[in-house]
Amino acid sequence: MKFAVIVFPGSNCDDDMFYAIKDGLGEDVEKVWYTEKSVEAYDAILIPGGFSYGDYLRSGAIARFAPVMESVIEEAAKGKPVLGICNGFQVLLEAGLLPGAMQRNKSLKFICRQTTLQVKNNATAFSEKYEQDEEITIPVAHGEGNYFCDETTLQELQDNNQIVFTYKDDINGSVGDIAGIVNKEGNVLGMMPHPERATLDLLGSADGLPLFQSILNHWRKSHVVTT
Amino acid sequence: MSLLLEPSPEQIKKEHIYKEMGLKEQEFAMVEKILGRLPNYTETGLFSVMWSEHCSYKHSKVVLKKFPVTGEKVLQGPGEGAGIIDIGDEQAVVFKIESHNHPSAIEPYQGAATGVGGILRDVFSMGARPIAMLNSLRFGELENPRVRYLLEEVVAGIAGYGNCVGVPTVGGEIQFDPCYEGNPLVNAMCVGLIDHKDIQKGQAKGVGNTVLYVGADTGRDGIHGATFASEELSEESESKRPAVQVGDPFKEKLLLEACLELVKSDALVGIQDMGAAGLTSSSAEMASKAGSGIEMNLDLVPQREKGMTPYEMMLSESQERMLLVVEKGREQEIIDICDKWGLLSANVGEVIEEQVLRLIHNGEVVADVPVDSLAEDAPVYHPASSEPAYYRENQEIKWLPDVEDVQETLLRLLKQPTIASKEWIYDQYDYMVQTNTVVQPGSDAAVIKVRDKNKALAMTTDCNSRYIYLDPETGGRIAVAEAARNIVCSGAQPLGITDCLNYGSPENPEIFWQIEKSADGISEACTELSTPVIGGNVSLYNETSQGAVYPTPVIGMVGLIEDLKHITTQTFKKAGDAVYVIGEAAPEFGGSELQKMEQGFISGRAPKLDLNVEKKRQQQLLEAIKTGIVSSAHDISEGGLGVAITESLIGTSLGADVTLSEHPVKELFSETQSRFVISVPADQTKMIEDMIEDAHFIGTVTDNSQLHIASATGETVVQASLKTLEETWKGAIPCLVKSKA
Repeated sequence: MKFAVIVFPGSNCDDDMFYAIKDGLGEDVEKVWYTEKSVEAYDAILIPGGFSYGDYLRSGAIARFAPVMESVIEEAAKGKPVLGICNGFQVLLEAGLLPGAMQRNKSLKFICRQTTLQVKNNATAFSEKYEQDEEITIPVAHGEGNYFCDETTLQELQDNNQIVFTYKDDINGSVGDIAGIVNKEGNVLGMMPHPERATLDLLGSADGLPLFQSILNHWRKSHVVTT
Repeated sequence: MSLLLEPSPEQIKKEHIYKEMGLKEQEFAMVEKILGRLPNYTETGLFSVMWSEHCSYKHSKVVLKKFPVTGEKVLQGPGEGAGIIDIGDEQAVVFKIESHNHPSAIEPYQGAATGVGGILRDVFSMGARPIAMLNSLRFGELENPRVRYLLEEVVAGIAGYGNCVGVPTVGGEIQFDPCYEGNPLVNAMCVGLIDHKDIQKGQAKGVGNTVLYVGADTGRDGIHGATFASEELSEESESKRPAVQVGDPFKEKLLLEACLELVKSDALVGIQDMGAAGLTSSSAEMASKAGSGIEMNLDLVPQREKGMTPYEMMLSESQERMLLVVEKGREQEIIDICDKWGLLSANVGEVIEEQVLRLIHNGEVVADVPVDSLAEDAPVYHPASSEPAYYRENQEIKWLPDVEDVQETLLRLLKQPTIASKEWIYDQYDYMVQTNTVVQPGSDAAVIKVRDKNKALAMTTDCNSRYIYLDPETGGRIAVAEAARNIVCSGAQPLGITDCLNYGSPENPEIFWQIEKSADGISEACTELSTPVIGGNVSLYNETSQGAVYPTPVIGMVGLIEDLKHITTQTFKKAGDAVYVIGEAAPEFGGSELQKMEQGFISGRAPKLDLNVEKKRQQQLLEAIKTGIVSSAHDISEGGLGVAITESLIGTSLGADVTLSEHPVKELFSETQSRFVISVPADQTKMIEDMIEDAHFIGTVTDNSQLHIASATGETVVQASLKTLEETWKGAIPCLVKSKA
């Protein structure tokens, strides 16, 4: 399976994502510069964390217009897995691939710490390697991770089982303690916590690895693997 | 000020205008002699900034000479952007610490942020990828609302910059004392990793080669920043706010990635950050080091504002700029890389044979001065030194605590901001980005693994300035020894240090005495512990009308962990493990946390330090760690053994049952040096006693989440739940920060 890690000016978790796939998952991965016109050649698209365009204007607001995004949106519409982590989640919100918006953390400060998440839906392409309601340890590092959506949207997210991860404790003020959601079709996931930082026990947790294994597992079901 | 309004050379001399720029009368006379004529306004500016203490070390050079700067593994000592030490596998570690005290005193967010930016550039301009940031901070007492504002903004500034650039801030230290109230200290350290083949030098070699300007536009910010950093803070300092630069971490990130791509190109001849004294120091130093000259056309310098004068352009300290020397004819290769990263680049001049810095503006030569006179010929002063009366007086004071309730005293110590949990601070730093952080903030030293290798780097910053104030020489030794203790506890062999020497005015003989004596102590310890000084920074004039700060030479140390299996942390691991203390406590309370808490100020003698004992214990402990028989290791520092044991429990669900052998107050709260608390599996006690001569058994790790300490006579002196200890320790700083007086 071949993964693309999109790199915007100011992305800073691109290497981390790259190594999570290369060393953690053991699959092919390439970095794709934001000026590229097509990501069609890849089986999955990863949008990493960081501060694309310095978070100027609003997190993700400028990256959403980067040349590569048009193709990302097209591939998402075709059903390819698209994963946005942290700033990548913010980009997906700005691009309209996922509903809702981010506000500053309720503490108004950046927070970096290990957090306990609950797997609310293990029937997605990103979570099938987890148990339903499993508690996992994945770190966060964000200043604007306070997820917000209106009540109607929240109801829809709940009704369609789109909420994949929630925080066990309220760490940033997010509506419904939401940490990660998928689109209705289930092929686009945005999450604030960093599974790519949790792929090795030595770093404090390897609970992020099953997320990437889920993507691979799901993909294999519909693709004949030739060696 | 437009060119037409600039004072004439004669006016500069007659009206002593050079004094406003920081040059002394005799220094101005030296400049006149060097040039054989009077300098114009721009030239006077060049000399004043290059001859400032910040750039020339004119008052500290005599002291810096004392430091041991060489070693088998040292690839680059002081003199370049940062020092470099070999770590095997054709890799090396690059590190340096730098102060940003004065800017942070008046504009804390930007002051701290640009401090981070500057030290990052020092490291990546060497060709190294920054892999970690640390810091060392000093503030007044948190009861003061202005201090709380400074703390909040400095932490936010460090976080805002470092988090955005994507370099983890993994460690640091912070202390609070009234002497830092008007003059906080903000020191930032950067650690980078490099392949030997990529090591760059800031040299302008090759006559005819192109001088390329890369990065942000030059604006009017930070003009004379280096000079401002070289004088005392006063009421007027507020009016020098324009001397503080404004940072753009996004641009820094682009510059970082571009530079690391540039250094792979052999079209690049030399590269240097435009740090203190901006375009002036980078051009003059690069030319001076290469024995060449540089001619620049200032009309070609990218400018943020219209009508900037040569003086303003040369003295601006606008951030996120680099000066490159590029092989003639191959400029486009370099420019293409800059374009890819969206960075401005401009061909502003060339390397010339004549060893001068020549500046052209509007077709006229506006400065023409020998590069060596700027970079090398600043006067060297031998300031007068005299032993202050306070030192003798304190040597006679023997202060002993009067403790009635040991447990209550321990709980109060845990609440002292210098001891209490710093989670409120490091929670705001991204300490995990780059996914190599194995030991996170909160342990003795941070540990960063080296990707694709079975090794790691341990790093720490340290300085107990109370000891140094009471006894600069002993205190200087202790600062290095304690940093090494932290490194050893993590399982690493100390490699070397970088130092940030923060003091008051060197023109005061009693302050200079502190500088001299503490440098002696640092040199001695570095020699004994084989940790050469590979670079650093001097920050003098840390004074306000209330007086000078304590002498605060912050030590930044890096060590090598040869095998990931050796990584050790301070927390107890398993019930049943045996707890040992290495070293005996003596009744040493001068400068201790307990003394500060009980008396409100410090007095008496600093604790003694025997470097032979120190070295022996560190070596034996490291050997034991490498053998794999040490579950946890923690050095005993501020607050003494009681605090150290508590810290070893925090974050676990374990307890400890300890029996003392001597007087509880002495054994639990003394700050006697060269001591550690370790835990080892129960079946390894014989082995540990054989390997570590001074280790003595004091108790056992339990599973009951309680700390129980009994005196030698069997009486319980502490019986506290881990929950109580943890809440007390964790709650102190958030509570102080929130309090609104």
